[in-house]
Amino acid sequence: MIITQNLTKKYGKQTVLNIEHLEIPTGQSFGLVGNNGAGKTTFFSLLLDLIQPTSGHIDNNGVQVNTSEEWKPFTSSFIDETFLIGYLTPEEYFYFIGDLRGQNKADVDALLAQFDDFFHGEILGQKKYLRDLSKGNQKKAGIVASFIGNPEVVILDEPFANLDPTTQIRLKAIIKDLAAKENVTVLVSSHDLIHVTEVCERIVVLNKGEVVKDIKTSTETLKELETFFAG
Amino acid sequence: MFKKFASLQWKSFFRSPNFGKSLAVKILMGFFAVYMLIVLAAMGVASYFILKDIFPDQSPMWSISQYMIYWILIELFFRYFMQKLPVMDIKPFLTTPVKKSTIAHYILGRSAASIYNLLSLFFFVPFCIVLLFQGYSFLNVSLWLVSIMAIVLGINYINLLINKSDKALIALGTIIAVLYGLDYFGLFSVKDFFAPIFHALYAYPITVLVPIALAVLIYYLNYKYLHNKIYLDASLKPKDVQVNASDLAWTKKLGDMGTFLQLDLKMIWRNKRTKSQVWISLLFVFYGLIFYTQDIYAEMMPMKAFLGVFMTGIFLSNFGQFIPAWDSSYYSMMMSQNIPLRKYLESKALLISVSVIFMFLLTIPYVYFGWEALAINFGCALYNLGVNIPVILFFGSFNKKRIELDQSPFGNMQGTSANQFLIMLPVLIVPILIFTLFYYLISVEAAVIVLSVMGIAGLAMRNFLLDKVTQQYRKKKYGMIAGFKQKNS
Repeated sequence: MIITQNLTKKYGKQTVLNIEHLEIPTGQSFGLVGNNGAGKTTFFSLLLDLIQPTSGHIDNNGVQVNTSEEWKPFTSSFIDETFLIGYLTPEEYFYFIGDLRGQNKADVDALLAQFDDFFHGEILGQKKYLRDLSKGNQKKAGIVASFIGNPEVVILDEPFANLDPTTQIRLKAIIKDLAAKENVTVLVSSHDLIHVTEVCERIVVLNKGEVVKDIKTSTETLKELETFFAG
Repeated sequence: MFKKFASLQWKSFFRSPNFGKSLAVKILMGFFAVYMLIVLAAMGVASYFILKDIFPDQSPMWSISQYMIYWILIELFFRYFMQKLPVMDIKPFLTTPVKKSTIAHYILGRSAASIYNLLSLFFFVPFCIVLLFQGYSFLNVSLWLVSIMAIVLGINYINLLINKSDKALIALGTIIAVLYGLDYFGLFSVKDFFAPIFHALYAYPITVLVPIALAVLIYYLNYKYLHNKIYLDASLKPKDVQVNASDLAWTKKLGDMGTFLQLDLKMIWRNKRTKSQVWISLLFVFYGLIFYTQDIYAEMMPMKAFLGVFMTGIFLSNFGQFIPAWDSSYYSMMMSQNIPLRKYLESKALLISVSVIFMFLLTIPYVYFGWEALAINFGCALYNLGVNIPVILFFGSFNKKRIELDQSPFGNMQGTSANQFLIMLPVLIVPILIFTLFYYLISVEAAVIVLSVMGIAGLAMRNFLLDKVTQQYRKKKYGMIAGFKQKNS
């Protein structure tokens, strides 16, 4: 359960995020959409305590994220390439993350084996450093790394961007699988309305830092979103 | 077109996001540069008389010709570290109607105006002026200066060609060592062998054509090379480096800390900037020789304390002052991961401790210059271990500037701010002051004991100190994350 309470973030006089109350129940697959500058990444950064809220707070499974670090063991995320360590090979990176999350090599290997399809033979055993991989492949590595260590909350910022169509389709299946697990909450942001309506049970639309729509996904959702964004 | 490129370069400098922010650093560096230039020019003037003094029975011109070969090799060696390859953001030009040859000529031309080429001129021009005053022929001297300039440019362009491989550096180092060895042990006089060749540049003005031809040839080779490389996939994209995978399994024995230690070791070995820090640190072991071999410093104990702190702590200050900026490119990941900050800092402390102990072991041979040397180095090493490590880690929390790991190491001011100069104060000056005080009040022994005791006390309180440092890192977290995200600093 992630509870956002009176959360605002201001830079100078400009308010970039203002969420009065938002509850994301455990196990929900939650989609965040909005135009550039709507506050999606700001919200995720606040949730990960990478920036400080101007007021209010977020509780992640009962832990207030900006005062305690207890949320870290059960939360994992991939925001952008800066989450990767460029001079490691993908394997080394996965093992490193595994180490941080108390998973030994065998655990990590077992997890990676499930993503053979997703990697499409371009990640493992390449003898390349992460910094030398293409953007898309870097992203694949980062996304999978966020699944290591059985996290209960997974945060993915724009996971579909930069991926090829095959990988996008596979990623959708992966996220659906993940969301199907009872106690895993998945938070996804995206510019792609089709993808996000497909994988998320609930979609929240941010506009200029405010929640303007909160929809339980149904067959009409895509239409509704398209109408909204067409202005 | 050259003009346009030059104006773009100008803009990229003045419009860079960090311009003006670090004015203090720039002014300091400016002073330093002016100082260097004045020293060089003074050396240029003085060397005529010095050479005359040391070798009274031969012309200074001949003496300097003897050492010319070493100058060239050593300059090449240092340029390998110091000089950045000229880079220009040429991506946007690839699809515009600008000839590739123009781009190549511009890049090469710009490197000719590099500060490193100017440095040699600051030495040689005053030297030549003195020669003229001493009645050397104007024609010969001026053409000799032209030859020197051609040689400098030659060095410049050779460096551009060989700068890509570590092997070239090792080869250069070996050649210098072997030649010097031959000379030193009198097996073969390298100096006498090359002296007539370089002296000819002065004696026969027409030979000026040889270095010019060489410089042009090397320029042409560079041009050919570069011209063929102006494609997105060739020169612009750094080569995919084959991985040197060692699993460093032994680090696992250190438990949680091992994870970070392993990461640090990989970072150091796989990135140019950090790797060269290690080499430079090792080279500084010889720094003491400059002072210990001179009688003037024999009785100057505070100088020896400086050497002790400096030599055993060179890696500590070089590497330590930029913690945690080394991890800046992925710092937000580190901060959202399940990372015990304490362990992260402990592993850095361990790495630096090992370096201090290692550097101390390397300085043991200085005992040749008297037992004080060893004692002082020992005391300083202990002080570094106990006091300076927590101090430098603490100051690290003020680092907010990003470091791009895979960029060239030297003359690279990335990550540098006024903070870096402030750190030097407690790390270097304080122990020297303490030493000097007790040395003059009591004795060398007392001074060494005081430093050692402070070091041991620091080690005893390591846990407490690291706790404080950890708290400080927590407090500064958001500023660091935001600062490290700023690129182009």
